[in-house]
Amino acid sequence: MEYKNILTTCTYCGCGCNFYLENLDGSLTGTIPCKTSPVNEGKLCIKGWNAHEFVQSDQRLTSPLIRREGKLVPVSWEEALDYTASELSSIRSEHGPDSLAFLASAKATNEENFLFQKFVRAGVGTNNIDHCARL
Amino acid sequence: MIEQVQQKVRELLEAGTIQGFLGLREQNGHIGPYLFQDPEDLEGMSLGDRERPGDTRYPLSKLLLTLARNYPQASLGILVRGCDERAVNALVAWNQLDQDKVVPVGLACPQELAEECECERPYPEDPVAGKKTEPVAFASVARLQELEPSERMRYWLREFDKCVKCYGCRDICPVCFCRECSLEDQHLIRTHNLPPENPVFHLTRAVHMAGRCIDCGLCEQACPAEIPLRILYKKVGQIMEEEFSYHSGETTQKSPLQIADNQ
Ligand code: SF4
Ligand code: SF4
Ligand code: SF4
Repeated sequence: MEYKNILTTCTYCGCGCNFYLENLDGSLTGTIPCKTSPVNEGKLCIKGWNAHEFVQSDQRLTSPLIRREGKLVPVSWEEALDYTASELSSIRSEHGPDSLAFLASAKATNEENFLFQKFVRAGVGTNNIDHCARL
Repeated sequence: MIEQVQQKVRELLEAGTIQGFLGLREQNGHIGPYLFQDPEDLEGMSLGDRERPGDTRYPLSKLLLTLARNYPQASLGILVRGCDERAVNALVAWNQLDQDKVVPVGLACPQELAEECECERPYPEDPVAGKKTEPVAFASVARLQELEPSERMRYWLREFDKCVKCYGCRDICPVCFCRECSLEDQHLIRTHNLPPENPVFHLTRAVHMAGRCIDCGLCEQACPAEIPLRILYKKVGQIMEEEFSYHSGETTQKSPLQIADNQ
């Protein structure tokens, strides 16, 4: 019997609620809001309460997908990144940087989001950036 | 106070009476539920008193249920205040836990906490730490009871209106053990819909708490909308007492509402 409660931060939105993920013998069995967290004081929203479920969902994507002839096909990261980069540059050179928009993610870290906006503003050259945590 | 608890748990672990002890531990500056299996870990034990007594309580009996369902043969210890012991008793009464496999280590609550909780039994049967204090009556229920029915209705409708339907009250509740929840049954509740129907959602839960709620107050603490849920369920408990002389969790006696079982 190996039972651990692992303190972590919710990845769903920008609030950053703290909870324990209940872990029994290597699988997640529940989410317990952290009572001593100054952020959420032992409370969660419905998404946070179910955070343990998506981690182990069999519907989770395990590789990037590219749509080909209307169907999503699993591809390698290399191929996905090459494809995305070439599409973005061709749209940008044809229609200008403001023809593109970018959506950052609350599931990424602060540092990753910082890099992302840097890439968008300084690299691509547009202010069209928003984030999924605009709840 | 904590020394007595640590000592007792150490004895139980070393004697092999229990395979683990579900309690609280402070780690990384936060207090959370912890399964003690190694007596060495007992150093970091917490009783859930951070700024005030009992301000950091968790539904330990609910977590115990997860362990017991996966390890039905294991004997496990658990830290119990009065309410946790009532929860264990209620789970035994509802055939969810095997009493022979649960070893409670009790802690009596100080008067201050009993007052705050309006607790009718602020202690477990046999506490190893703390002193049994006086029970406190449900003044909050009596206060609301003084309102005219229409005014009281308005009060509750206004409170329920704040609900964001997070299901936190159910998820934290130590005696909510059903695998299929009425609050997700489309015949009773408009599922996949916000806001929740007022007062159907809350009254459905209240009815289901009859003969179950052991008045721990964890639901109210988990409610992001700060709805005074505890008063609502205290009232349910009061009705159970008046109508059936039944106190959930006081003993492992079955509830009068467990009809199929009683026949
Ligand atoms: S409900 Fe009673 S037993 Fe539980 S913490 Fe409050 S005073 Fe203690
Ligand atoms: S007080 Fe709330 S959380 Fe505790 S047993 Fe009753 S309904 Fe459940
Ligand atoms: S915890 Fe509060 S807000 Fe959440 S479902 Fe229960 S009553 Fe509604």
